[in-house]
Order: sequence, then structure tokens, then C-alpha cells
Amino acid sequence: MAEPLFSVRELKVALPDMTRKPLIGRAPLAEILKGLDFDLPKGSVTGIVGESGSGKSTLGRALVRLLEPSAGAISFEGRDISHLSEAELRPLRRDLQMIFQDPMSSLNPRHTIFNIIAAPLRQNGLGDGLKERVAEALQRVGLPQNFASRYRHELSGGQRQRVGIARALALSPKFVLADEIISGLDVSTQAQILTLLEKLAAEMGLTVAFISHDLSVIRRLCQQVIVMREGRIVESSATDALFDNPKEAYTRDLLAAIPLPEIDADWLQPPAKSPA
Amino acid sequence: MDEARILRRGLSPRLWLAGGWLLVALLAAIFAPLIAPQDPLAQDLMLEHLPPFWLDGAEPGYWLGTDSLGRDLLSRLIFGGRIAFIVAFAAASAACLVGSALGLIAGYFGGWADRIISRVVDIWMAFPPVLFAILLVAVLGTGLSSVIIAIAVIDWTRFCRVIRAEAMSQARMDYVESARIAGYGRIGIMLREVLPNVVPSVVALLSLEMGIAVIVEAILSFVNLSISTDDPTWGGIIAEGRLSIHQAWWVLVFPLATLILTVLSFSQFGEGLKARFDPVLR
Amino acid sequence: MSACLEIRSLSAVLPNGQRVLRSVSLAVQPSEVRALVGESGAGKTMIGKAVLGVLPKSVRIVEGEMLIEGEDLGRLDPKARRTLIGARTALIPQDPLTALNPSRRIGPQMTDRLVRILGWSGERADSRIRQLLDEVQIRDPERVLKSYPHELSGGMRQRVLIAAAFAAEPRLIVADEPTTALDVTVQKQILRLIAQLQRDHGTAILFVTHDLGVVAKISQKVSVLYAGKVVEEAETAQLFATPQHPYTRALIAATPRYTDPYASLKPVDETVLAGLAAEIAAADKDWRPSHG
Repeated sequence: MAEPLFSVRELKVALPDMTRKPLIGRAPLAEILKGLDFDLPKGSVTGIVGESGSGKSTLGRALVRLLEPSAGAISFEGRDISHLSEAELRPLRRDLQMIFQDPMSSLNPRHTIFNIIAAPLRQNGLGDGLKERVAEALQRVGLPQNFASRYRHELSGGQRQRVGIARALALSPKFVLADEIISGLDVSTQAQILTLLEKLAAEMGLTVAFISHDLSVIRRLCQQVIVMREGRIVESSATDALFDNPKEAYTRDLLAAIPLPEIDADWLQPPAKSPA
Repeated sequence: MDEARILRRGLSPRLWLAGGWLLVALLAAIFAPLIAPQDPLAQDLMLEHLPPFWLDGAEPGYWLGTDSLGRDLLSRLIFGGRIAFIVAFAAASAACLVGSALGLIAGYFGGWADRIISRVVDIWMAFPPVLFAILLVAVLGTGLSSVIIAIAVIDWTRFCRVIRAEAMSQARMDYVESARIAGYGRIGIMLREVLPNVVPSVVALLSLEMGIAVIVEAILSFVNLSISTDDPTWGGIIAEGRLSIHQAWWVLVFPLATLILTVLSFSQFGEGLKARFDPVLR
Repeated sequence: MSACLEIRSLSAVLPNGQRVLRSVSLAVQPSEVRALVGESGAGKTMIGKAVLGVLPKSVRIVEGEMLIEGEDLGRLDPKARRTLIGARTALIPQDPLTALNPSRRIGPQMTDRLVRILGWSGERADSRIRQLLDEVQIRDPERVLKSYPHELSGGMRQRVLIAAAFAAEPRLIVADEPTTALDVTVQKQILRLIAQLQRDHGTAILFVTHDLGVVAKISQKVSVLYAGKVVEEAETAQLFATPQHPYTRALIAATPRYTDPYASLKPVDETVLAGLAAEIAAADKDWRPSHG
């Protein structure tokens, strides 16, 4: 197996729990991630799957260091980045990019698409030939060049997500976090965005963490899968192994809960043994 | 849906009406010496309480009549507009600058900055504004600059509160995180991602605040705490007009109408601008 | 026997004249689940709202009839129409959180409708609600009835709303994407409950969804919508076995299936979309509203 790009050991993240915040004083911390160990091999696409509250998005945000771990280590190319300051992280940012779930909220309504894609380039010393680079980024995601002068509200959902991808890939990063990037889209658009990401990841040799609640999508895109539940890893293995032979009951439940577009009269029958 | 957006973005009648009145009033104030039909300070007891032009007994050249000292009301209103607009622009801009900057910092940075700024705002707003203004002017002494300072010192909190709330909601947007991913620092994000999104609110508030400044200045003039009583101010004219309302209603009604129209126009103009220039169309 | 719900050639327009529903016809027979499936902008939610009489003000119905158990809604005066809709229909909404008043306890919110609109006594409403909470497998009704909406999980809230929808024994329920906001495992439980209660109470359901997987599991009949037009209508089993319309085939091929990852998630072909656009244009060309 290739050398890992990311190596995560005993990762814990605690965040303030605003629901239990007292009237005066700080909110108590709630442990969202409770000790995770895994590697992301270079050039691999890893699916991170879980239901709400599983901590999958928190994990993603810790990987790109939007959050600081409370314990454990995140090594990126052999270097522990878990407690780097914002200033120390800045040179690493061009290698750690992210595509957001909601392209509406992740594109600033007041900037043109050109400025949105140009922002990471400018900030990382790639301001020369900005026009060409943005043009290339647009072309890469299959958007017409005249979109550069448009604004967010002039684009469809799928087009917005293409802009999100163009922005993340403009810097040719080593790692891209894709956080539920197709869950807000129509199925026909989902397929397009997924195919695009699949193609670009292969072409650019990207390492991708693909966060999703949808196992069907993960099987198509990912080489390995991490199944999460309540801040822990339930099961982690190569994709085909996981789908062909899920070891954990929770993984089997997740698979069984997916409504496939096929007639199956038994699917809605109560389970044979009651879940007590 | 797109159609509705375009309609909403057209220049609305309220923007036209409010902007039109403000423009006329502003031009009149700027070119007051050229426009005013009479010397606003010239007294002539022979011309005392002349009625407006359409009533019997009106004199040509005194369109809105005269006050108890025979001074031309229209000319006094036009010159009074100078003070009103100077105060409006200067005081509102100062309040806006201070309040918006602090609000942006409190809302975006949060934490200690927010706690300190918010606490100061809370304490500030516990004082009744008009009393506060009177107190301040009493301390600073009367005069144009004191009035401007007093209004700015009192009303920066209005900007601070609104902009803080807006900056807080902006700070939660994904494009703020996205800018961090792009390598921007906190101040860069504040200026690049957050600021442009709060500008429409700032503009609307600024216009509203100009109206408020006009009122506060009028109130201070009314209680004789504004600038020297020789120069005509709208509040001063109203205060004097009040005394002769039974002999000459116009001496009170015209300045009041001018004041109300101007204040309303400021607030409507601000709202109109916000709707017009807000591209955040969900 | 008349259909539980019958919609005949329903068309609706926006103020700018753009059609959002294009001569939609469909029927829901008693005790039948009919799915309305389509992507965003297909008008599926609009149809549900039209049936319940809660269309936004900007949308105007310009043509067509809606009949609930044979009674033409268009022939009733507004008050009689509201009474009829209130007595015979109910809604299971998409977002259980915004459908509940955050500042009131669950109990009174559930009984209110029965007491105020149907004129039931407080005790009768209360015992009915408890019975329904039992049917949706809520084990501690006391706690749930005393809770505020935010104190319950998403799945719990949706159970409460399902219980509330069935409580008044409506003839027809409009379920508007009732599981879209839920996790898959919870979605399965909720779908199972809806199917169970639907069978037990013999209720007809108009089930609005974007998910062909859900369609396959819950419905007996299905109407596929695109741009406010029914492009295909079939028995659900038939639709999946032999889809007729190219758009239906494309939608099925685009829906992810982990059992067959490379045969699924296929982007919708440009020629299919072009064909649809031509179909819509042809439908609009000769169309004139028959009244209104």
C-alpha cells in the first residue's frame, strides 16, 4: 500500500455544547470525536459515511484544520499538523482544500465567479496569469468562460457546485475534502457532479475524503470506506470488502435501510426479530 | 421568480419620491444664498405674519408667509436646511464609522472583543437618548460641532448592534470557512467576505440615521441647545412658530412638514437603496 | 365508486404567465398510495398544496378540477371547501421541526386540530391521540405529550406528525417529502410506520418525493413529473419493470444503487432533456386556459 498522505491517531475533538451553555460562563465541552485511528493513502478516495451525529463532518473539518483536535495527532505527509497555528497553517492551505455541501452558502453572493475562484490563487502567490488560471479552472469543471463575470444567484445548483470544485482544485492541492457535496442536488445533477469529481481525482492524482450519508454513492466513488457512528469508527475497510461482507451489524443496518429503486415487497415488513 | 426579482430591483417609486425630495432640499440648502427669495434674518415688523401666497393679504416674494418678526419663512427654511444637512451628514457618518467598525469586529471576532463591545453598547443604550444629548451639549457647550459630536456619541450604538448581528450571521456562512481554506487571515476575511455583505444594511442605517440626526438637531434647537439662535434652524423655527400658532398657523405647519418630510425621506431612501442594491437574492 | 382524489387537467400559472402546472391529471383510489416523483421545479409539491388549498398567493389555478370523494372543490364556496378539506384530508410535512410550534407542548398541538376544527371533546381527542401515539410505536406517550418540539429527535417529531395526521381518520393524506430530512435508518422506520398505518386505516396517500427508491418501496401507483407535466403514469411495479418515457428511464439510471454502482448514477442524457423541452414547448403552444 502506498505511503499515507494523512495518518490519524487517537484523534479526539471536543466542541462547546451550546445546548448546555449556562446563562453565565462558557458552554461545557462535548466530545464529538472519541478517538479515531486511520490512514488516507496517497491518491486514494476514501468514503466517510455516517448518520447525523456521527461526527463525520467534524472529522472532515479537523483534517483540513478548520478545527483543532483536543487530543491525538493528525499527520499530513509525516508532519503533525494537529496544533499548528493559523499562521503556520497558511503555507499548507494550498494543499488542503475543501468542497462544501451547500454551494449557495459557500459562494459569497457579492463576488463574481472569477473572484471566487481567484481568491485561493491570489492568496497563495499565484496571482500571475490569474486570468488564464481561472479560465483553466472553469474549463476543467465544464463551465463556459463567460461564467467568470456572473454571480452566485445567476447559476443553477449544479453549476454552483462546479464552481465550488473549480475553486478547490484551482491550486492543484494534494488533498480535497468533499463534504456531502451532492446531497443538495437533484439526482440527474448528482450523477454529473460525481462523474466530474471521479474524473478529476483520477487525472490530478488527488487524495479525497468523501463525506456522505449515502452508501450507494460511496461504493461508486471510493476505494475504501470508514463507517462512523457517534464519534467512533464502526468499521473501516476496502470498499468491495465492506459491501460484499459487512462485518458489523450497524453497517448491515445502514445497507438494509437504503431504499433501492427496485420493487421489494418485503422491504417494509417489520424485522423478524423485534429490535426490542 | 426571476421576473419578480427584476421588478424588485427596479427603481421603486419610494426611492424616486424620497430621493427627489432630498435632492431638492439638499440643492436648496447648498445654493441657499442664490435661491432664498429674502434675507432670512431681515426683520420687518411691517410684514409681520404675512400669510402664504394663496391666501388674502399675501405679499409677492414671501411665498410661505412671514413669522412674528416679519422674516420670510421660506428663506428661513432654506437656510435652516443647511444646518440640518450638515448635521445629518457629519453626525451620521461619524456614528456610522465608529459603530459599524465596532459592530463588525464584535460580530466577526466574537469572544472577548464581542463581550466588551456588547457590554458597552448595553450600558450606552440604557441612557434615554434625548436626555443624553441634552446633557452632552450642556457639557460640551452649544454650537454646531457639539451637536454633531453629541449625536455621533449617542447613536453609534444603533450601527454597532445591527452590524454586529449581521456580521455574526455572516461569520457562520460557508464562504467564510472557504476563505480560511483559501489561506486568508481573519482580518482579510472580515474585509473581503463579511464587509461587502453588511454594506447594504450600513447604507440603509446611514440614511435612517441622517433622518434621526435631523430630528435630534431640531429637538436641541427647540430647547435652545443647538447653535446660536441667530442662524435659522428647523427646530428653532418650530419653537418660535409654536408661540404664534393662533395668529399664523403656517409658521408652525411649514417647518414641521419640512422636518417630517425630510426625516421620512431619509428612512425611505435608505430602505429603498437597500432593496435596490442587495444582490443577495435567495 | 368515486376516487378518493381526482385531479382533472389542472393548470396553474405565475403572475408573469409562466405555467407551473401543465394540465395535470391523476387519481388516487381509496386505500392507495400514489407517488408523485420529480426533481426540483417539477411541481410535485405544488400539486399537494393545490389539493390542500394552501397554494402561495402568486400561483393561480387557471384550469381544471379537483374532486375529493366525488365533490368538486371548485363548486364549493371557500368556507365549505375549507371544511371539506379539513375533514377529509391531512398533511405529513417535510420538515417536522418547522411544522410544530416551538413554544407549545406537543400534546395540545396534537389535540387542537381535533377539538377546534372537528369539534371533538377534549377527552375524546386526548384518548385518540394516545391511541395513535401507540400505533406509531411511541413507548412513553406521557413524556412526548409534555415535551416541546426541540426536545424530541427528528424521527420522534415525524412520528408525532404522522400520528396527528392519522388521528382524525382522513380519507386522504398528502405526504410531502416526509422522510427527506431524516437519516436512512430512521427513514426506513418512518416509511414502515406510514405503510402500516395506511394499511390499517385504509387511507389514501398522495406521496410526494424526489427519491425513486422511496417510490419503489411505498407506492402502488406513480406519476412522474417534469416541469409541471405528468410525463409518465403507471403502476409502480410496471414503471420499474418497463419504464416507457425516456426521462423515467434516465431518472432510474441516475438513482444510485450500491448493488450496481456502475449501472447507476448515470447522468441524464442531453437528448432526453432536449426531448423534454420539445414536449413542454409543444404542450404550451396550443394551450389556452379553458376558464379563469
